[in-house]
Amino acid sequence: MEGKFNWASIIDFLPELGTGLYYTLLISIVGLLIGFVLGAIFGLGRISRNKLFFGISSIYIEVIRGTPVLVQAIWIFFALPLITGYNMESITAGIVVIAINSGAYIAEVVRGSVQSIDKGQVEAGRSLGLTHNQTMRYIIWPQAFKRMIPPLGNQFIISIKDTSLLSVILVPELMFQGRLIASNYFNAVEIYTAVAVFYLAITLTLSFVLRYIERRLDVQ
Amino acid sequence: MITVNDLNKQFGDNEVLKGINCEIKPSEVVCVIGPSGSGKSTFLRCLNMLETITRGEVIVDGFNLNDSKTDINMVRTEVGMVFQQFNLFPHKRVIENIMLAPEKVRKISRSDARERAIKLLEKVGLAEKENQYPSQLSGGQQQRVAIARALAMEPKLMLFDEPTSALDPELVGEVLEVMKQLALEGMTMVVVTHEMGFAREVADRVLFMDEGIIMEEGDPEQIFSNPKSERTKEFLNKVL
Ligand SMILES: Nc1ncnc2c1ncn2[C@@H]1O[C@H](COP(=O)(O)OP(=O)(O)OP(=O)(O)O)[C@@H](O)[C@H]1O
Ligand SMILES: [Mg+2]
Repeated sequence: MEGKFNWASIIDFLPELGTGLYYTLLISIVGLLIGFVLGAIFGLGRISRNKLFFGISSIYIEVIRGTPVLVQAIWIFFALPLITGYNMESITAGIVVIAINSGAYIAEVVRGSVQSIDKGQVEAGRSLGLTHNQTMRYIIWPQAFKRMIPPLGNQFIISIKDTSLLSVILVPELMFQGRLIASNYFNAVEIYTAVAVFYLAITLTLSFVLRYIERRLDVQ
Repeated sequence: MITVNDLNKQFGDNEVLKGINCEIKPSEVVCVIGPSGSGKSTFLRCLNMLETITRGEVIVDGFNLNDSKTDINMVRTEVGMVFQQFNLFPHKRVIENIMLAPEKVRKISRSDARERAIKLLEKVGLAEKENQYPSQLSGGQQQRVAIARALAMEPKLMLFDEPTSALDPELVGEVLEVMKQLALEGMTMVVVTHEMGFAREVADRVLFMDEGIIMEEGDPEQIFSNPKSERTKEFLNKVL
């Protein structure tokens, strides 16, 4: 085995892998930020008494959860332009995929967390004369948010890993760069190992940060 | 203060309140007793619209609760409620629990809200607990904070739903003591309770509820020593 693999050569490809890392992070962060907003909106839709809002939210969540991310990515990048006549840049498409996909799962996280708060909390708030919105804002949300953090972190990690699928729609992220290098230089073992390590570094960092936040919020 | 006319409440097909009539005057302390499932909590919760009213009329402090023009949040600012499970806000410190509604609903300043909260904490004997979280307090202390929280809105009327039922026996007294004090100060109170000693001592009037109606009512002396209805006798024999 000695000498068969040239691990040191990875250093030569760090600029390309760095570019990949940049796009992976960009798409993950922007995608998840939008995903969180979508999740908050449609999560509230799922507990809304407004039938239309509830219906739209349910359809969105079921469609996204019921189809693979890879299919969603390909559909948005290759099929949607044929319908709308408007071509999306691959990076934009990547962000849209991550946002829409994570949004559906985050919506369920939001719904679950809000519903897990004891009904007595709403009653206590309302009996003090707080409006529905004030009760949500000052009493339910802060408590629900705390409970959201572990499942939210889980979803963030899943979505970050899902960005690797965006290589098929030509997003120049980590996996895309890895494939490009490996197919030109025939160093699949070294490069894909490096790619894996990069993903692991991101997800482990995130796990660490989340655990820190959880501990900080658990002061009482 | 409260007028209830033929109040009827159904959950689906289950008719829980079957025509309640009563009148509660300012400064009156009314205790509601009765077997489990007789509708005591439901009745109390109809008085501040935590339950919708199926039929009948409930007038609280001049507001007709079934009138769609009535601003229910407005009515609730005048009606404090204390729950069996305390329902303090666990993410807020004791003082913040008390300050929240005066600040957000009454729109008083933060410093005024704080001052008011501290006075109330002194009143319920918990001045030194202002910066604790509810989970750091005993049940009896939590319930006293809950009473202070309700009082912070300066309500004209207080509703209590079995405020001591979730407490260890040795903690019941401290909560009843606060309620007794409140009664002496002239607060109008409706108290659902299993504490017959409290009802006897503090109530101006006792309502005995059974199967969704007020089976019997009268001053505590009469109800406890000389109940008219067979059902009341039966119930009192079981609990006393
Ligand atoms: N939200 C609800 N949905 C359906 N049924 C309900 C609901 N709340 C109460 N009930 C029913 O109404 C009846 C009266 O309940 P309620 O809680 O008013 O009784 P209670 O006299 O307070 O009893 P307890 O002493 O056990 O607290 C019960 O049969 C209960 O099952
Ligand atoms: Mg009850």
